[in-house]
Amino acid sequence: MGFENFGTVSFTAETKAADFVTFLEQGKVMATRCKKCGATYFPPKLDCPKCLSSDVEWFEIKGGGRLATYTIVNYGPTGFEDDAPYILAIADFDGVRVFGRLSKDIKESDIKLGMGVKVIPVKLPGDRIGYEFQKV
Amino acid sequence: MQDVAIVGVGQSVFSRKCGVSIRELCFEAYTEAMEGLDITNSDIDASIICSAPEYDKQRSPSGSISEYLELTPKPTFYVESVCSSSSTGLRVAWSLIKSGLHRVVAVIGFQKMSELTSREAAERMSRGGDIIWESPFGITMPAGYAMYARAHMAKYGTTEEHLAKIRVKNASYGAKNLKATYRKEVTLEDVLGSEVIASPLKKFDCCANADGSSCIIVASGDVAKRITKIPVWIIGLGAATDTMTMSGRKLLTGLRCTQEAAKQAYGMAGVKPEDIDVAEVHDCFTIAEMMAYEDLGFAKPGEGSRLIDEKRTYIGGKIPVNVDGGLLSKGHPIGATGGSQIRTIVRQLRGQASEAQVKGAEIGLVHNIGGIGQYGNVTILRR
Repeated sequence: MGFENFGTVSFTAETKAADFVTFLEQGKVMATRCKKCGATYFPPKLDCPKCLSSDVEWFEIKGGGRLATYTIVNYGPTGFEDDAPYILAIADFDGVRVFGRLSKDIKESDIKLGMGVKVIPVKLPGDRIGYEFQKV
Repeated sequence: MQDVAIVGVGQSVFSRKCGVSIRELCFEAYTEAMEGLDITNSDIDASIICSAPEYDKQRSPSGSISEYLELTPKPTFYVESVCSSSSTGLRVAWSLIKSGLHRVVAVIGFQKMSELTSREAAERMSRGGDIIWESPFGITMPAGYAMYARAHMAKYGTTEEHLAKIRVKNASYGAKNLKATYRKEVTLEDVLGSEVIASPLKKFDCCANADGSSCIIVASGDVAKRITKIPVWIIGLGAATDTMTMSGRKLLTGLRCTQEAAKQAYGMAGVKPEDIDVAEVHDCFTIAEMMAYEDLGFAKPGEGSRLIDEKRTYIGGKIPVNVDGGLLSKGHPIGATGGSQIRTIVRQLRGQASEAQVKGAEIGLVHNIGGIGQYGNVTILRR
């Protein structure tokens, strides 16, 4: 299973980063690091434009992050009608900034910028998979 | 080398549904741009057609528009940086003339967003983000700018009322603009009470899809002086980008593509923010105008709210901004917007904006952004 099952609606499946979805199924959200120059990438790149190497490795985004910003979206695009309202957010982890959904389990009044979050894979309806931020 | 001037500007009426074909829509802007010029279509050496792709059923619209305006057999081609396309077109036109390759170039921007059903349009917009990594989460244009708004509020204490005041200002000028989609003043209560689209942005914080066209005729200095008495000179050009993904953004309280493009444009023109007499900034959302105040140097970071609180961006203030109503009033026919902004500043510098003239304006600035800050263009003009 690859990117054809990623998120609520996926638009294309073919990418060298397809292992990202396999890792999600194993319970891990991953980023990449260039083995030659050490540059880190999220979204993961399987090629390093800094040193033109394609020798990269996956590493797990572990530990706590901080919520950088968010919005509660009341009107989703086509295909997202049943999701709305949903929360989009950006969170900072060690070395990488990540965009994704914030869990709906958090009450709006409890959402604070700077609060501690973790990023974890989540199963979505229709045998699909994604990831979300959860409050720690 | 030749200086480069804008000799003609035009735009169609912007509306929710124009009811004509894209080439007929472009004719409306082209006619106004050519008005009073001592040239005909055969004097135009090349045309640059600017729009965001996939809204039009016509593949390769350049050929169709070129034929309708009888610009054949001269070269025509397509330029795209979504909402910033026609400013990118102006940049290319400047280069073509500066190089000596051409003497007169038409930059034609258009968008007919009503050609698609709203469902089809929504599908196009959902692909406006990175389709592998971010569109699958349901990113939208308002959502992207809403995340900037939230970060700006948290860092600087900017409020929803500050943002609402920007809409109130722009609506007050939009009411006077005969070519705007929305020509009604609004109150602070109207804005604050409108439904939430992507928190903290509400319906009245957002511009609307529209149909429309714009046309800028650009010429080399010697031709410009011959064919018009009122050339407006392109003295500064800046262009920059930021990442397609939101994950890649280093800053969430301003647009780095604006900051970089502004630095280039001010440097090339040899002017400072305080030298600008009138500005058009890309207010696709109210927060976008707030960030532009700061990114363009009209206010220090975090002090944009004071600018609107003290009405310094109204006519009579230090730096009048969007005195044509902005995208918030005019509507936002993507590819036509940059050309419409340029038209407004050219009319201001010529002293022709009787409905909302900034007295004695000599230097004007146009700030035009593509996407959620992916593409940025800043253009400085002088009469």
